[in-house]
Amino acid sequence: MTGARAPAGSPSRVEEVLAGDVAQAARLMRDLDDQIPGAVDELKRLYPATGKAFVIGVTGNPGSGKSTIVDCLIGRYREQGLRVGVVAIDPSSPFSGGAILGDRIRMQRHATDPGVFIRSLATRGHLGGLSRSTQDIITVMDAMGNDVVIVETVGVGQDEVDVVSTAHTSVVVLVPGLGDEIQAIKAGILEIADLLVVNKADREGADRTVADLAMMLDLRPAEAREIPILKAVATRGEGIDALVEGLAAHRRTLDQEAEGRRRRLERAKTRLKDLLRAMALDQALARLEEGSGLAHLVQRIAERELDPYTAAEQVLADLFTPGPLST
Amino acid sequence: MSSQRKIRILVAKPGLDGHDRGAKVVARALVDAGYEVIYTGLHQTPDMIAAAAVQEAVDLVGLSIMSGAHMTLFPAVQEALERRGVSDLPIFGWGIVPEEDKAALLEGGVDAIFTPGTPTTEIIEWIETNVRPRVEG
Ligand SMILES: Nc1nc2c(ncn2[C@@H]2O[C@H](COP(=O)(O)OP(=O)(O)OP(=O)(O)O)[C@@H](O)[C@H]2O)c(=O)[nH]1
Ligand SMILES: [Mg+2]
Repeated sequence: MTGARAPAGSPSRVEEVLAGDVAQAARLMRDLDDQIPGAVDELKRLYPATGKAFVIGVTGNPGSGKSTIVDCLIGRYREQGLRVGVVAIDPSSPFSGGAILGDRIRMQRHATDPGVFIRSLATRGHLGGLSRSTQDIITVMDAMGNDVVIVETVGVGQDEVDVVSTAHTSVVVLVPGLGDEIQAIKAGILEIADLLVVNKADREGADRTVADLAMMLDLRPAEAREIPILKAVATRGEGIDALVEGLAAHRRTLDQEAEGRRRRLERAKTRLKDLLRAMALDQALARLEEGSGLAHLVQRIAERELDPYTAAEQVLADLFTPGPLST
Repeated sequence: MSSQRKIRILVAKPGLDGHDRGAKVVARALVDAGYEVIYTGLHQTPDMIAAAAVQEAVDLVGLSIMSGAHMTLFPAVQEALERRGVSDLPIFGWGIVPEEDKAALLEGGVDAIFTPGTPTTEIIEWIETNVRPRVEG
């Protein structure tokens, strides 16, 4: 069913992805997002061929102009002859589980460019699942030979912020006239932003917003890293040169300094811990189902027959002990 | 890790006419039914639609056609899908399509056509019975 089990003689899906096959890469991304068994084995084989792509995160409030900015960036990188992958993330409906993924609309002029691969991704709401799917898709895009991978996500939830903080360089997009809102969001954005873009600078109040942001940045300790603030009118392509230069400058600091190494280790650590958490939970739940099951345990806790700490300890003990279960 | 196949549907509006309300209504109904809908907006060429279908690895392509150009646009999209190696991808559409045209399109390999007035629940029902998440053999 997967390339890994392809008949002898024909190339495996892994080989096809490495050769840049768009359809096969897209199917592997889908299987990874759907967590189809076997897809991870293919990812393992792609991993050694990755680590070359420059990963840019673009986040910001709904409608702030992220997709329009991504569209401009695609254009600039294509002019430089680079291949570009985009992961465009939109939220799933908590009610139906469905999602409307509309970011492609603003990137349509690149739709048939063979050097551009755009993949829409829904958040799907499972714990830690979003960053796992995003990381996996970035890995596949990297393995295909994309030089730049841009991840667009709405910067509202922790899950989305986690996603962007896995990028090499993170761009936070704001619009004029936020006023007090800036105060509310500053903690989060300053932690992840490497560059701030005040988009829709054709609107009133752009300079004021830039000044507000600059003041906020000044309040940080003297040794805090520099975060450039740029103005843009993405619909007219204005400010994009400065953004591209800002991204390149940030990338140079990553290439040269200990900072790059520190971030690489930090990302690898986050990735490993996320996976351990998710896999341990899955395995604990599976082991539990061999015995009396989750529902039974939950009921005993709810009725105060058992405290949740003892229950969790028992489940973990069973996970690491072969043989009959205690719960 | 628990696997979960989700049906992904590309909704596109080919052709020149400039409003997409019909496309949005159907897209909304599909989302409410729990599908992931990739919406590509107005003025799509057949090759843009096919390229997006491949990159997004969708299970189904849906076209909203109000311009009356269905007899050229459907075959053009089908050809574009074939050129991009996904001729087996199911395709359906909605819009004002006379009965005899509908019969001809179905004969030509379009999987379903829904005309105005069809409740969206009927579209969902058709998808539920006819479309499966794709698995490559
Ligand atoms: N006036 C003005 N409008 C802009 C600018 N940039 C984007 N827009 C408009 O803002 C709207 C939203 O732009 P998008 O690029 O879709 O914004 P987004 O942040 O990707 O939106 P979501 O993905 O839905 O969160 C569109 O109508 C754009 O045309 C700008 O610089 N000035
Ligand atoms: Mg967007």
